[in-house]
Amino acid sequence: MANSSIRTVDKKLIPVKQEKHVNRIKPSQILLHLILTFGAIIMIFPFLWTVSSSLKDLSQIFLVPPTWFPNPVKWSNYIDSLTAMPFGAAYWNSFYITAVSVSATLLTASMAAYAFAKIRFPGANILFILFLATMMIPRQVTMIPLYLIMSKIGWLDSHLSLIVPGALFNAFAVFLLRQFIMSIPKELEEAAFIDGAGSFRIYWRIILPLIRPALAAVGIFVFLGSWNNFLDALIFLNTPEKFTVPLLLNTFKGLYIADWALMMAGTTISVIPVLLIYIVAQKQIIEGVTLTGIK
Amino acid sequence: MQNQRRQLAGLLFITPQLIGLLVFSLFPVMYALVLSFMDWDGFGARTFVGIANFVDQFNNPDFWTAMRNTIYYMVLVIPFNISLSLLVAVGLNKVTGKGLYRVFYFMPVVTSSVSIGVIWMWILNGDFGILNSLLAHLGVQGPDWLTDTNWVIPSIAMLSIWWGLGNNMVIFLAGLQGISRSYYEAAEIDGASRFRQFLSITLPLLSPTTFFIAIMAIINSFQVFDQAFVMTNGGPAKASYTIVYHIYQQGFIDFKMGQSAASAMILFCIILVFTLIQFKMSKRWVHYGE
Repeated sequence: MANSSIRTVDKKLIPVKQEKHVNRIKPSQILLHLILTFGAIIMIFPFLWTVSSSLKDLSQIFLVPPTWFPNPVKWSNYIDSLTAMPFGAAYWNSFYITAVSVSATLLTASMAAYAFAKIRFPGANILFILFLATMMIPRQVTMIPLYLIMSKIGWLDSHLSLIVPGALFNAFAVFLLRQFIMSIPKELEEAAFIDGAGSFRIYWRIILPLIRPALAAVGIFVFLGSWNNFLDALIFLNTPEKFTVPLLLNTFKGLYIADWALMMAGTTISVIPVLLIYIVAQKQIIEGVTLTGIK
Repeated sequence: MQNQRRQLAGLLFITPQLIGLLVFSLFPVMYALVLSFMDWDGFGARTFVGIANFVDQFNNPDFWTAMRNTIYYMVLVIPFNISLSLLVAVGLNKVTGKGLYRVFYFMPVVTSSVSIGVIWMWILNGDFGILNSLLAHLGVQGPDWLTDTNWVIPSIAMLSIWWGLGNNMVIFLAGLQGISRSYYEAAEIDGASRFRQFLSITLPLLSPTTFFIAIMAIINSFQVFDQAFVMTNGGPAKASYTIVYHIYQQGFIDFKMGQSAASAMILFCIILVFTLIQFKMSKRWVHYGE
């Protein structure tokens, strides 16, 4: 009896709920949107303010209270900062260092991940534990020894010092890709093996295409890390022509500290490309960070 | 399938990363450990000094300044970072059209520390910065954020909260999406309020995510350097001098390689403890989700 009465109550409730779904403009939703919009404005405000300041004349930039819209719009700030520092070269440096780092890391890490996931070779377990253990080492510990190694092998002030260590060693990438490869059924490989495919062919033709989403996630992680890497560039590079974007911007800041309009133009130049890439690939970037963040 | 050729292939596959592991991780760590027991200026002779460098650190006022600043930064950043990103994630989870919001909130995450630093130097400028001008509208006289010893760490903390919010928010969002709707439906039938549901369902079921974020925030906060280096050079009067700054300063400015290595080892031990806690607990929350 009790059961059936609950059911009748339920049936009455269901149409009411559906009606709410049709015209769903609830006050709570509007309030939530207002709060979230306010938060979103705070998040993008510093960028907007940077762009606005970058187009001002110095006389306008020190106005109290500040004005939002530059008048006149001083585009020459951009030309001045581009000619004051080798931003073009810094872009090219950052671009190719990042591109080589991402592709090389994905290749070597996926190879190691495949071996750890699917091949029983002597010492595999101990080596894998060693890889996991190194994930606990903060980079500041290896900072000075790496500097000394680089100076010994003549890689100081060379882009190799920024590319090679990351390309040859990324325990986190190996670990993450291994987890993905583990979930690939053994039968796929066995079928290929019977057809006469060797280990390398299986890796290249079967494993790599199957782990594309994981490769994208790790690639994004490596991309952001490499593009934004400041400390290593600061330690290893000396010649301004070899500087990456963050390092050049830091030098720029040191030289033009009083000219805020010019500094904001230089900063905008450093920010715009990475934000453009982000807007194009934001879905993959956010998913990649979610995936690598949760593990 | 496990013949010798296959085993050989396995070894070949791991060779590049294995070389990297040896040359760029294990060897440098051993090297750092050896250096931490040496007195060396980077050029001349090395002398073995035992644990003197470690004793030196504990007697070095700069080390304690760095430690105090780093912990102060951490205490300011972590609670705000976690609670704000959780609130935004919960809000986004309930709202239609979360995609666009997510794009905006995540934007700072992809931007380099140097760009962020320079942007905030301008915002926080004591005389012409927009923050103080906004505060003036409210009738508040803002401080000289980056040149006041009392305000420099809160300033860097403020920037870091803004910078890292989006990152933790997306992780929280993923965690929230893993919570089954049925819990909330059951609670609604029981007449539990929204706030009550948040306390009794969302928070407990999200605790593994929160714990992960907290541990990562602690590990990352101990390594804060870029912002302080770019905006204040550790100043004014060492008020934003952090542990990593201390390691950098001793190694690359003062050429005290042994002392620098010793302070890096101390940082390593601290981070190791938190990493081990995380590893231990992560075993727990892998089962949790199943």
